[in-house]
Amino acid sequence: MPAVTLKNISKKYGDFVAVDDVSFEVQKGELFGLIGPDGAGKTSIFRILTTLLLSDGGSATVQGHDVVKDFQEIRNKVGYMPGKFSLYQDLTVKENLNFFATIFGTTIDENYELIKDIYDQIKPFNDRRAGKLSGGMKQKLALCCALIHKPEVLFLDEPTTGVDVVSRSEFWEMLGKLKEQQITIVVSTPYMDEAKLCDRIALMQNGKIMSVDTPKQIIKSFPKPLFAVKAKNIYKLLQDLRNDQEIESCDAFGEFLHITLVAENANEEAIHSIAEKYNPENFEVKKIEPTIEDSFIRLMREQSDLK
Amino acid sequence: MKVLRFILQKEFRQIFRDKTILAMMFMVPTIQLIILPLAANFEVKNVNIVYVDHDHSSYSQKLINKINSSGYFHLVAAPASYLEGLKLIETGDADLILEIPSGFERNLVREGSQKVNIAADAINGTKSNIGNAYLSVVLADFSKDLDIRFKLPPQSASISPSLITLTSTNWYNPRAEYKYYMVPGILVLLLTLIGGFISALNIVKEKEIGTIEQINVTPIQKWQFILGKLIPFWIVGTIVFTVGLIIMYVIYGIFPAGSLLVLYIFAGVYLIAVLGLGLLISTFADTQLQAMFIAFFFMMIFTLMSGLFTSTDSMPNWARVMSQFTPVTHFIKVVRLIVLKGSGLNEVGKELLYLIIFAIVLNALAIYNYRKTS
Repeated sequence: MPAVTLKNISKKYGDFVAVDDVSFEVQKGELFGLIGPDGAGKTSIFRILTTLLLSDGGSATVQGHDVVKDFQEIRNKVGYMPGKFSLYQDLTVKENLNFFATIFGTTIDENYELIKDIYDQIKPFNDRRAGKLSGGMKQKLALCCALIHKPEVLFLDEPTTGVDVVSRSEFWEMLGKLKEQQITIVVSTPYMDEAKLCDRIALMQNGKIMSVDTPKQIIKSFPKPLFAVKAKNIYKLLQDLRNDQEIESCDAFGEFLHITLVAENANEEAIHSIAEKYNPENFEVKKIEPTIEDSFIRLMREQSDLK
Repeated sequence: MKVLRFILQKEFRQIFRDKTILAMMFMVPTIQLIILPLAANFEVKNVNIVYVDHDHSSYSQKLINKINSSGYFHLVAAPASYLEGLKLIETGDADLILEIPSGFERNLVREGSQKVNIAADAINGTKSNIGNAYLSVVLADFSKDLDIRFKLPPQSASISPSLITLTSTNWYNPRAEYKYYMVPGILVLLLTLIGGFISALNIVKEKEIGTIEQINVTPIQKWQFILGKLIPFWIVGTIVFTVGLIIMYVIYGIFPAGSLLVLYIFAGVYLIAVLGLGLLISTFADTQLQAMFIAFFFMMIFTLMSGLFTSTDSMPNWARVMSQFTPVTHFIKVVRLIVLKGSGLNEVGKELLYLIIFAIVLNALAIYNYRKTS
């Protein structure tokens, strides 16, 4: 039995379709990522799964319980960390943790092993009010509170948004450890580089799922060879290549442009000959492995072409 | 039950941690109870009067002396003409003009009657009305004592105005002092503020900060959350009520004439009713600002329609009916009855029933409106 299932779930806010006929499954013990930009519908899906929001259509289960009928059971079994910090700011770290432990009928000591690694980092601030913690500390405290009752499924809504790079990588390390404890984790993030840290990911855009697969498989299914090019005047090169008939796509990635050709078989020489038309200075080209972001942009484009 | 205990523990911890709100809850009632009854006094004193005397006779002189010695009037000017007097009204320096026509004394002596003119500034309606009435009484008194009566022929003396004299007694408030009337009423308003509105703000705060989301994914049940919010404010409200009663005794020397137990029973039920109102407000508002405005709206209506300042009996019919639909009206009435008159549960049992109905209806509406899942 999968830990989480969604079948044709949709949700509208007025005329705006936030979640559009979404179906996927998350297996037990899996680290599942919902990847997509702001407004893709990630938070709505989380709120439906954590029984905070009723969907307009479709059905969903968590640990085999229906999110509408058996919401009480679900609330005992899931941990939820909303995107916005929502613990009691006027209570201290310890008081918050204690409170959430007791309302789940447990104690900090009982599940101490589970949160030990994370809690140890914020323990020095035990008596500080939660509102006075730094961003990274708040995330750790929120994660502790979501874990304190040993949930079977953990929902983390953009846990790393607004957190510094070091804390972000620490956070993902912690998720890796939690996975070893057989906790199913559903995490959402707008950062494509975090996607490859998940077991499987769902790429979302405009309330729709574009693809659900392992990060490796998603990269592998990128249909064409991908090249990174660079020149002294990168902006002019971008303009020129985008207008070129032979170029299928051209997108800026840091200091490089990632391009694919209309032709199925392409190599560096072919790119060179196209680029020479525009006489770029210091032109460089190399074949590269696609990333999740390349796949995402490609899927996004295909989807809008369909429309 | 254990869960509820922890929720309560958390709520009290938060209440005591927010020093501003804590001070507001206990200092504001204290200060208001000390200041407001002194300020909210309807006794009209210092009516500024302009005396326009065209007669300059001994009678007109006697009249002004009488007015001055009444203690309610303050003679600001004695101009030569009515128009000059009117200017003083325009500038706001005077409230009343009394114009004595020429021939005042002569007409009184010869014909036994004379008309005088009183003009009042009606911007401050109470002051002008009451000033007018006071002045009429002074004038009536003056004309009664006039020595011309004795000079009149015997047959006309026999038709002197009236032989019925009135003496009145003010029951339950012998000296008709306003503080006895106002203090219990203000106490009720303060209780409304704590019970109804601070509780609403508190719940809306959880919505605004998002903590309610976090609570909603826990197994905490609806009733536990609501009770966890209502009980602390019920207790705080009862404490504030007690503080208010102590202030009422220490500062104003008013000790409830009736049973304290009955008073507390009413306060307890009333608090449940206004807590229900607070909960209801919190289900409508998403931000504390919205809650503030809704609360302010109700507070204004309660203050002006509950019979705190003006008797509900003198309101237009529709307003009187409306005022019956606010719990404040009933509680103010009851507190006055118990504190001043010493009414027992038998006499005010009907009001208790009303308050219980309010408590049930308001809380039922609130709970119906409060949904854990949207």
